[in-house]
Amino acid sequence: MLGDGILKGLAETAKNFAGSFVSKERMTTVEYPEERLPLPEAARNFPFLVYDGDDWEKGLRCVACQICEKECPPKCIYIEKSKDKKPDYVGKPQIYPAKFDIDISVCMSCQICVEVCPFEAIKMNTEFELATDDRFDGLLLDRKQLARSNEYYHQIHPTEASEVDARLAEEKAKVEAKAKAAAEAAAAKAVTAPATGAPAVPDAAKPAAQAEPKPAPTTKAAEVAKASAMATAPAAPKPVPGTGTDGPAPMTTEDRKNAETPAKTNEGEPKA
Amino acid sequence: MIERLDQIFVLLKHWLLGYLPESWQTPVGVIISVACIVGLYPALFAVTTVLERKGVGRIQNRLGPNRVGPYGILQPMADGIKSLTKEDIVPTSADAVVHFLAPIILVVTVFMGFAVLPMGRNMVLVDMDAGLLFYFAMGASTELSVFMAGWSSRNKYSLLGAMRAVAQMISYEVALLLSSVVIVMMTGSLSLVKIVEAQNHYSYGLPHWYIFTPWGFAAFIMYAIAGTAETNRSPFDLPEGESELVAGYHTEYSGFKFALFFLGEYVAMFSISGLGSTLFLGGWMAPLSGLQFIPSWIWFFGKLFVSMCVFIWLRGTLPRLRQDQLMNFAWKFVLPMCLLNLFVAALWRFMGDGWLRWIVCSAILIVAYFSIGREGMRRKHFGPRSYRYAA
Amino acid sequence: MSSSGMKTEKLPGWNRPPVIDTDGEGELLEVAMGPHHPSTHGVFRMDVVLDGERVIRLKPVFGYLHRNHEQLGQSQSYLASMPYTDRLDYFCSLTNNWAYALAVEKLVGQEVPERAEYLRVILAELTRVQNHASTIGFLLQEMGASGTPLMYAFREREKILDLFESLTGSRMMCNYMRFGGCRVDASPAWLEATRKVVAGLPAFVDEFERFLMTNEILMARCQGIGILRPDLAVNAGISGPMLRGSGVNYDIRKIDHYGIYDRFKFRVPLGDHGDIYDRYMVRMLEMRESISILNQALKELPGGPVMDPKAKIRNFRPKPGEAYGRIEAPKGELGFYLISDGSPNPYRYRVRPPSLINLTVLEDMCLGSNVADVVLIFGSVDIVLGEVDR
Repeated sequence: MLGDGILKGLAETAKNFAGSFVSKERMTTVEYPEERLPLPEAARNFPFLVYDGDDWEKGLRCVACQICEKECPPKCIYIEKSKDKKPDYVGKPQIYPAKFDIDISVCMSCQICVEVCPFEAIKMNTEFELATDDRFDGLLLDRKQLARSNEYYHQIHPTEASEVDARLAEEKAKVEAKAKAAAEAAAAKAVTAPATGAPAVPDAAKPAAQAEPKPAPTTKAAEVAKASAMATAPAAPKPVPGTGTDGPAPMTTEDRKNAETPAKTNEGEPKA
Repeated sequence: MIERLDQIFVLLKHWLLGYLPESWQTPVGVIISVACIVGLYPALFAVTTVLERKGVGRIQNRLGPNRVGPYGILQPMADGIKSLTKEDIVPTSADAVVHFLAPIILVVTVFMGFAVLPMGRNMVLVDMDAGLLFYFAMGASTELSVFMAGWSSRNKYSLLGAMRAVAQMISYEVALLLSSVVIVMMTGSLSLVKIVEAQNHYSYGLPHWYIFTPWGFAAFIMYAIAGTAETNRSPFDLPEGESELVAGYHTEYSGFKFALFFLGEYVAMFSISGLGSTLFLGGWMAPLSGLQFIPSWIWFFGKLFVSMCVFIWLRGTLPRLRQDQLMNFAWKFVLPMCLLNLFVAALWRFMGDGWLRWIVCSAILIVAYFSIGREGMRRKHFGPRSYRYAA
Repeated sequence: MSSSGMKTEKLPGWNRPPVIDTDGEGELLEVAMGPHHPSTHGVFRMDVVLDGERVIRLKPVFGYLHRNHEQLGQSQSYLASMPYTDRLDYFCSLTNNWAYALAVEKLVGQEVPERAEYLRVILAELTRVQNHASTIGFLLQEMGASGTPLMYAFREREKILDLFESLTGSRMMCNYMRFGGCRVDASPAWLEATRKVVAGLPAFVDEFERFLMTNEILMARCQGIGILRPDLAVNAGISGPMLRGSGVNYDIRKIDHYGIYDRFKFRVPLGDHGDIYDRYMVRMLEMRESISILNQALKELPGGPVMDPKAKIRNFRPKPGEAYGRIEAPKGELGFYLISDGSPNPYRYRVRPPSLINLTVLEDMCLGSNVADVVLIFGSVDIVLGEVDR
């Protein structure tokens, strides 16, 4: 019959009209800004710099290695190294960025800087209400504006943050074990040759070193499996964020290069 | 009491006129009625725009405007302020006088059509003997203003749009007239008041509306299609189609003149719906004899509201027809059906009372509809297809 | 190929369109449709010469969105080009990523783990579904249905984009594939959500199909319009649903056997007439086939890593050589041609954009038809200006 397709179309629209009053499926409007949709955990907008502890200058994880600046596709990161070194949380002196600017009007949120950072220092933020009326400097974020605490990181990306903390704690424990072994060897040597005291070893009771420091094989798959095993370790207390006593392990760049893990799981473990 | 409520506007008018001397009463009475119409229909237009946007929004699974006023009711105020404060741009090479007159003529002729519509019992502005003829004369004048708009803009796109619009309106004018002529034939009068009176009896509680007869139903469908095309509404809105050459005949109009065109289109919709309900749906009659206590003007405006909803529904659902398909449809489908309808209506009268005439008339119309429809689709090779898959 | 209803006359040289003779009276109207136009899919201009309502000549003018994509690709490393490929065909970023990753993997001979292949297939087919739904929605929008079917298509597309966001971090610019696998693994929660979305898709496709198959106005406006002859299509290098709508059986998933498409059973729909209606129905049927592939892939998804452990991200220097990697993108054959000379940047980086190649026959399809049809024919080519102009 001529016209029955039209009638079917009309029936379809009427169904949608009536349904828009009763079902959520047929009324998809979310009235921003009164209501907001929750962002998924993996959402990314612009980068931020993570710091541990309460003082953002002292706790900044970034060591100005400039890898992210090199790898950034639109070249929106601008880093200047400092002339002096600041002590890291465990006391080892590291250079830090005197200037770390990201131009978020250029940044395309590709997350490559996060992927290549060896020090877990730069992560993706989820803030998107960044509109400003300052044409020139409003969208150029400097070091202070970019620095957010580790607690904030746990808030926005909880699983990722706990994995990062676990990985860092494990690395630190490894380094400490090595340092302790070296100290013991030096102490043994010092016994035979009574020299001045053993080199100061930064040691303190590290309460949250929950992962046993396995001698780390450097294959990526094993790292991944370890991270996942730790994430599911049953009674593992979450690393207490930002208390400062168990900050990230001071590591050399060479160590970190070997431990580069391009594949990081988002949450849970792969279906093994 | 019920009658007082029904006649409340008439009584009000008479009471007001009672304060005036004899010789002044008729002119002032006319002025009061005209003022009411000119005040009421733009207000309805404002409400209809919100209704349309919210209705189409709900059809599309979203809310319509809801920021200005509760549920967006005050949105037309915002739109009105916007269009009033916009700069009125007239192209330099445009014919200024014609450019200025076009929207005015549109609005004036569209409002003239309301002079003969009975909006309630005893509530018609002028009870002309040839009311229907007057109405169609005014309706045809709207096409003049559309062409004036396109011509005076000195713009290729506007001209194209205007020509298309005029061609479309002329073709469907014929269909409109022929479907109303059936009613005139059966009633024996051109006066709209008498047409409503002819429908004004009930049997078994059901009214004698013309739509409940086979020829009336067919005529109503043809009238609805032609009415939608007359007012350039979807699915016949190619002249003002946004996907084609910009905005058609009102491209060069900005600000308040554009608002006047918009107003003219919607008031024309009201006007056509009003005529349609007068001719086919009994005007101000109640649908069931038991509901006659509700005032007649409420029924009239209720039918107007339902027609608006159907227009909005059609707009939200159907895509546009192309110009030549539109005209094909008018001349090759609607017109033959209307002519056949005339014949069927005459047959109805000829066969006298009884159930036989229902069956015969319905059968003729249904067979004609199916055969013309199928023939039209088949000649163009339209139809659902089946698809094959590669191995 | 030349099946029922299609006349295939030989024309002397396919790129010389036949001359449509005007009546000799009246003047020809030259109109530029675009670049500001509500229904060109982006900034695109068509210079049409009209005789009344009929199209005599049509010249597409593009380049308004040229962003130097290939030049940029040659001046930065291989990894840094990956986020730029998202922005080529911005509707289907994941398939762009896959094509580029495929090209680079061919260049260096990189292996991809199995779980990553399955994830790639799942995401590519989800992309195909949402792209075809949006295309059909845009067709109906251009026909004037005031956007209603478009809103329905976008409602489903939002669900798929939410999936993308929870996996890759971004709705449209996903930047997810890497040379050697995928960037992150998919969690069981994500797979569960995907299963739910895929389970809801057939009902939506049915609803959508009802709009297309039986609506008389749509049939009157789409059937018999914009016919593309199969021999012309093959000669011009058309690919994708446009080619299959004209009846040519060419689907790169079946021909190149890239990825693991051999393991899935799916059919390739073909049209007979080559008009707009056929192209849209081919897309609709492809949506159904994609849903079936998704169901199979979600069921068979194995465990394991999603990235080859030996793959390098930084300091990636492939040996000198060249490679051409192509996939069946939703719009057609998307290919990346890379020449490497041993340095971290490619020596030559070239994108074969399906939208641009498909546009070259626009004039042939539009000659003799009405202006109102030009818009529809143009919509049925399904272009994205990001790809045309790069």
